[in-house]
Amino acid sequence: MSQSSEDSLDGRAETRPAASGGPFLQVRGLRVHFPTDDGVVKSVDDLSFSVERGKTLGIVGESGSGKSVTSLSIMGLHKPGTADITGEILLDGQNLVGMNREKVRLLRGKRMAMIFQDPLSAMHPFYTVGTQIIEAYRIHNKVTKAVARKHAIDLLDRVGIPSPKSRVDDYPHQFSGGMRQRAMIAMALSCDPELLIADEPTTALDVTVQAQILDLIRDLQQEFNSAVVIITHDLGVVAELADDIMVMYAGRAVEYSTAADIFNSPQHPYTWGLLGSMPRLDRERTERLQPIKGTPPSLINVPTGCPFNPRCAYAGLNSDLSFTVRPEFRDVGGGHHIACHLSAEERTRIWDTEIKPKL
Amino acid sequence: MSTQTENPTADRRLGEDLLVVEGLQKYFPIRKGLLQKTVANVQAVDGLTFTVKRGETLSLVGESGCGKTTTGRLLTRLVEPTDGTITLEGRDISHLSNSAMRPLRRDIQMIFQDPYGSLNPRHTVGTIVGAPFRLQKVKTPNGIKKEVQDLLELVGLNPEHYNRYPHEFSGGQRQRIGIARTLALKPKLIVADEPVSALDVSIQAQVVNLLEDLQSEFDLTYVMIAHDLSVVRHVSDRVAVMYLGKIMEIADRTSLYERPMHPYTVALLSAVPIPDTNRRENRERIRLQGDVPSPINPPKGCRFHTRCWKAQDVCKTTEPPLAQLAPGHAVACHFPENKDSLTIDPTGAAV
Amino acid sequence: MPATVITYIIRRLVAAIVLLFIVSAVTFSIFFLMPKLLGATPETLATRYVGRAATADTVRETAERLGFYDPIYKQYADWVGGIFAGADYSYGSGVEHCPAPCLGYSFRNNQPVWPDLIDRLPVTLSLASGAAVLWLLGGVAVGTLSALRKGTIFDRAAMSVSLAGVSLPIFFTGLLSLSIFSYNLGWTAVGGAYTPFLDDPGQWAYNLLLPWITLALLFSAQYARLTRAGMLETMNEDFIRTARAKGLPERTVVVRHGLRGALTPILTIFGLDVGLLLGGAVLTESAFSLQGLGKYAIDGITNYDLPKVMGVTILAAFFIVIANLVVDLLYAVVDPRVRAK
Repeated sequence: MSQSSEDSLDGRAETRPAASGGPFLQVRGLRVHFPTDDGVVKSVDDLSFSVERGKTLGIVGESGSGKSVTSLSIMGLHKPGTADITGEILLDGQNLVGMNREKVRLLRGKRMAMIFQDPLSAMHPFYTVGTQIIEAYRIHNKVTKAVARKHAIDLLDRVGIPSPKSRVDDYPHQFSGGMRQRAMIAMALSCDPELLIADEPTTALDVTVQAQILDLIRDLQQEFNSAVVIITHDLGVVAELADDIMVMYAGRAVEYSTAADIFNSPQHPYTWGLLGSMPRLDRERTERLQPIKGTPPSLINVPTGCPFNPRCAYAGLNSDLSFTVRPEFRDVGGGHHIACHLSAEERTRIWDTEIKPKL
Repeated sequence: MSTQTENPTADRRLGEDLLVVEGLQKYFPIRKGLLQKTVANVQAVDGLTFTVKRGETLSLVGESGCGKTTTGRLLTRLVEPTDGTITLEGRDISHLSNSAMRPLRRDIQMIFQDPYGSLNPRHTVGTIVGAPFRLQKVKTPNGIKKEVQDLLELVGLNPEHYNRYPHEFSGGQRQRIGIARTLALKPKLIVADEPVSALDVSIQAQVVNLLEDLQSEFDLTYVMIAHDLSVVRHVSDRVAVMYLGKIMEIADRTSLYERPMHPYTVALLSAVPIPDTNRRENRERIRLQGDVPSPINPPKGCRFHTRCWKAQDVCKTTEPPLAQLAPGHAVACHFPENKDSLTIDPTGAAV
Repeated sequence: MPATVITYIIRRLVAAIVLLFIVSAVTFSIFFLMPKLLGATPETLATRYVGRAATADTVRETAERLGFYDPIYKQYADWVGGIFAGADYSYGSGVEHCPAPCLGYSFRNNQPVWPDLIDRLPVTLSLASGAAVLWLLGGVAVGTLSALRKGTIFDRAAMSVSLAGVSLPIFFTGLLSLSIFSYNLGWTAVGGAYTPFLDDPGQWAYNLLLPWITLALLFSAQYARLTRAGMLETMNEDFIRTARAKGLPERTVVVRHGLRGALTPILTIFGLDVGLLLGGAVLTESAFSLQGLGKYAIDGITNYDLPKVMGVTILAAFFIVIANLVVDLLYAVVDPRVRAK
């Protein structure tokens, strides 16, 4: 990195005001419902979590689990009038739900920024990479184009784009997939945001490039001390990056704990199912994968009781509660939250005797 | 999965060569100028040699631009090779015309990645799955409908859904429809291009299991094209690692994953994120720098030398041949890894 | 300009010339060959120009003068030769030289076609350019608003009006608007009025206002629908979400990111439409009695004055081909991805 870029990029974490008591991002009882002709799509239903500065939360789930809807709600990116959002999204103590849209806009890109899955479609094909970064920087900072351009070049340099002085004038299609995602990250970081949301940031990338990007995100977080939310379907990716992990199913959190807890002693049958579904390079090859039966539920007619009950091998093990009562999302010890009717003994027994040996 | 031993009724010819590929090459010309002269070629596939035995699964892995998808399209003869031969059951199909290929199409079928794009939204499932019978004019003693319903049941779909349209099914179910269509004419070879990568994790496992079950039931032969190294390890008997149109390493699954010899394979395996937080600290990582070079102007010598940490001068000038260094394990490298040791686990798992 | 662009233009120009030849040959065949196939002799053709009362000698002489006895390919070759080298036309009394580009002489009034075309081009040019500006601005603005307010009353009303606009024939809207705005209300100029731009720009615009609006209405309807469809698609693109995520004001998102993406296909159609209109807005010119190229062609057709028809056709084809080329080049300006290819 050049001397000049160090001036402009380093030492920001220190100049920030101390966290105003509590986590930088706090989501409480978030509900995002979309009224449609077929009924209300309950994409997110009573979701709570928080992320501190310098920490990474991984949100894991399959398509339709509500993970992306959550991130778009935080960013205020749902089309006005399409989504009913209730609950609280506290960004540094300010509730974004119901906040004036113009005020949310001014926070977007400045205090919270987002990286998207497919960097080719997420960048405008008609503008150069530099133009797009400069644009992001100049909305929130009253600087000249020349200053913003220099900033863009510094950022491209920081995210590992070779010869940034010339590449800044390239169009997105002239970049490789990995470089585009780096440029996307540079754009998101242009205003030094305190919250960075990465929605499937490496899904569209090759595995060697994915490793590079994950390293980059990890390094940048340490340098910028931001709160990071990584949204992914890939348990491997969160294992690499996340401090805490939240597993989502049908718009709700089903399990939430430290990353180590989730991988070493997961307690929810859905998490077990995810772990059993994926072939793993770090274990002996199993004869057979252990898929979760069935398919994810409709978000219009979410099954009563536990939404996972139609696919759960253990639903109704000791009572009919799974079919009738929605399990409370509760702390089962040491901050490990789950939403499941199984008793602690049953969960321990099933994990130790049935699940763990087969992984 | 070893079909040879598990299925006593298996065809006696199991294990013999079904598909033999030699020196397979596909260049896509780039034309420029007033007269559209060919100024360069995209060297998508550049001299592949491998065989696929009846009843086995061979996977082609590699990053985008390595030529694995083009290879799949060559094997199914959707494109014609520039050079080299493809021999199916002793018959050279490399340059057969479309009409000469038509009767062979029932022997070679393809499963596509995108279960959304590969099914005609205006046709019912019955029409889609029954199409091969009609196109190939195959006689069905109990009628096409009965055949189709049997197929739907076979792949785990409700046969009563015969008259439904693709959009009424989930992604996993659509992939099952695609598989049912593929199986209709009992193909000898199935080329599956990223068959599960568009599916959710829990659904992926269902489809992987289905493909394995069908293989053992019908002695199917698969060529899988995939980028997910974990899935590939699970489904394959043998694996070929491709880079810029060439095979870097080809070996049986166990050798390749436990004793990878090509530095590129080692790097690929090392890059796979492992769902285990305990690995975060003590994992030895090999990070490749930069991106895959352009297949229009691939590096001279060993194509991997620009990103290889072991590269020496000889790698820049001389292309290493794909040489058999251990039984069933061929590598194209001047300085292979794990040449003597048989105990190193690349993923860092406890030995 | 990079070499690739130059070779591209050259290739396109060569193709354009070939195309012009084909168009002219086809037109020529239609007007010369078809009557022959239907049983017309050179004499019956000539009769149309000299009248039934003429003597057989006069008819024969006229047929000879007009070249009707020559084989069709020679007639075509003579005509093409005239464009590049000029031609000589003989009369009973002498020979007239028609300098290149010679599109022939009118059979009817013995006037060369080319100067007529040049005379009338400004009228058509004025009509087309003014209307084009109106419909482009109007159509794109309405289409954009419709897309942003999809499903609202504005959207539905705009789309209904535009459907009517597409469906109503121009001689109907033209005559209707003439009778209301010019003859009853007296707000606009009556039909047939044309003042050259250089003489009096104000009067020029005033006279053409009603034809402009009538013609623009027809086209803007189509452009509103195209823009709406394009905007609906573009505003769902990932890069729009990115633009919003950066914190851009909505107006910037819509104009700089949305409209810019949606305008590319509009540009294509726009080029072709303008090219087409430059060859004469036949119905509008007729409805408003404007002496433009379209009116000229109509006159030629009704009088069986082949050189006039041929002249306008070839000029129109030329404009369309050029418009096509310009559009393709503009494409590369607008979309950097095209430049790479």
